[in-house]
Amino acid sequence: MIASPYLPTPGYARWRKLKSTAVTAILVVCALAVITPLFLIIYFLLVRGFGSIDWNFFTQLPKPTGEAGGGMANAILGTLILLAMASVVGVPLGILGGIYLAEYGTERANSWLRFAADVLNGVPSIVWGMVIYLVLVVPFKTFSAYAGGVALGLMMVPLVVRTSEEVLILVPQSYREAALALGVARWKVIMVIVVRTALKGIMTGVIVALARIAGETAPLLFTALGNTFWSHSLKEPISALPLQIFAYAISPYDDWHRQAWAGALVLMALILALNITVRVLSRDRSTTL
Amino acid sequence: MSSVPSISPVLPAPGSRVPDIAFKWVAGLAAAMIVVLIVLVGWQLYAGSRLSLAKFGPGFLWSSEWDPVQDKYGALPFIFGTLVSSLLGLLIAVPLGVATALFLTELAPLRLRQPIIMAIEMLAAVPSVIFGLWGIFILIPWLRDHLFVWLKHNLGFLPLFQGPIYGVSMLAAGIIIAIMILPIVTSISREILRSVPNLQREAAYALGATRWEVLKIAVLSYARRGLFGAAILGLGRALGETMAVTMVIGNRPVISASLFAPGYTLASVIANEFTEATTELYLSSLFELGLVLLVVAILVNAAAQLMVRGMTGSGPIKVS
Repeated sequence: MIASPYLPTPGYARWRKLKSTAVTAILVVCALAVITPLFLIIYFLLVRGFGSIDWNFFTQLPKPTGEAGGGMANAILGTLILLAMASVVGVPLGILGGIYLAEYGTERANSWLRFAADVLNGVPSIVWGMVIYLVLVVPFKTFSAYAGGVALGLMMVPLVVRTSEEVLILVPQSYREAALALGVARWKVIMVIVVRTALKGIMTGVIVALARIAGETAPLLFTALGNTFWSHSLKEPISALPLQIFAYAISPYDDWHRQAWAGALVLMALILALNITVRVLSRDRSTTL
Repeated sequence: MSSVPSISPVLPAPGSRVPDIAFKWVAGLAAAMIVVLIVLVGWQLYAGSRLSLAKFGPGFLWSSEWDPVQDKYGALPFIFGTLVSSLLGLLIAVPLGVATALFLTELAPLRLRQPIIMAIEMLAAVPSVIFGLWGIFILIPWLRDHLFVWLKHNLGFLPLFQGPIYGVSMLAAGIIIAIMILPIVTSISREILRSVPNLQREAAYALGATRWEVLKIAVLSYARRGLFGAAILGLGRALGETMAVTMVIGNRPVISASLFAPGYTLASVIANEFTEATTELYLSSLFELGLVLLVVAILVNAAAQLMVRGMTGSGPIKVS
């Protein structure tokens, strides 16, 4: 259609302008269409979730079908425990990996490692569940909080590696040189000077990763499995909010559906809280570093 | 970066090299874990599916029989379901996502940009299971009573829109996937469009092009390859989507021309049947489905990374 824009026919010019206006309108409509689902989801979460949340929801165990009341106290605690365990696995590995990339790696090796991290990031979450099932569930003959935590923790690794590296290389080279010139050992320079300087950015990356895995269900299905009671040991199956939401959502009972909405609202609030923390942290960072 | 020369400290510090070397090794091992994990994931899935690989051979991929009672398994319905639902998702999400990215980079008043970008980032933060919950109770009833009825009435002559309407269906899965991959498609498209030099646009405007012509000649054609990469990255996400899809696709291993018919995907059959697999071979077949999913997802992702990276220079692409 770019045939001959040179011809100054007034009709053709009008047609071109009309087309341009039409496209503009279409783009606006598309942008609206993209953000509409978010508002619909939040609206229904609030309407349906708030209607079913009460004090019991945070303090009680799930009740069997037919009995009114009950809550998701164990699932809420389970999610927090799993997030803590995932951090124990994923954060040190991720940060150390990021340190290697930023401080030691050669350019060539780094570009391969970054590529590998991005590929690892693309491994479907359900696949993580299957792999950890073979590695940690089958040998110990039981589903466990350990397995769930490790599955989530390994999923964090590529993300934390990438974000840590990104902020570590922002630390001015002169800091390192100054410390080295004072005779400080290299590892101390890195841990005490470089990492400390970039700490806020690293934390931001960690929280982003936590927010990402907090809502993961698929990797927990065959690792943490879920539990309708309190878990007394990390060697036992453990409940988690996403697991409980899933189980209730596909159940045939209205009571459970209500609980699922309430659980979804709590989970969403948790994830939003993490995201807001990130926003606050990174706002400070942009002014200091 | 690593250009700091290793200076031996002037002051005597006997034996102080050991912690240094140890630290470097620990960090190196952590970095090597990335590669180790990829190998571990691949190897474990292969190990898990060995039984099924030996029994069915490559025929597993194109057999459409999935019969746990007779202990016969084939992957075709799931491969079909995964491909169709993902492609449907892309078909909806890519035009919308690119259009939104265009809107954000080229049109939107500055005051509007940040709020819209934030809303899209929030959409990316919604967990799969919540999309599924919303899909079951809000989206599906609406689709069943309105959109599907309308499609059937107006486009019913196409085989795609024939047959009974249950609500749970391939099309519902495609729509949910589209909503879920919109954020990544949009944000990467935006990065790509932002990398288009302004000179391009100015040159086109100077020739008297209208806004649409500028977008078409100067922006879109320049960014084509990168946008394609964004779409492929979205595809990588879509293929592995599990929970939301499981909740809305109907979970029946059938191959049907109608988008109103239920389907099943690789990820969702694993999610549903893994803990119920009664025989060794059943479990092993599920592992082989996982292996198929992994291989496809990794290939797609790697290809997309290369495409997008080539486009925006070496800069890391934020994959939220």
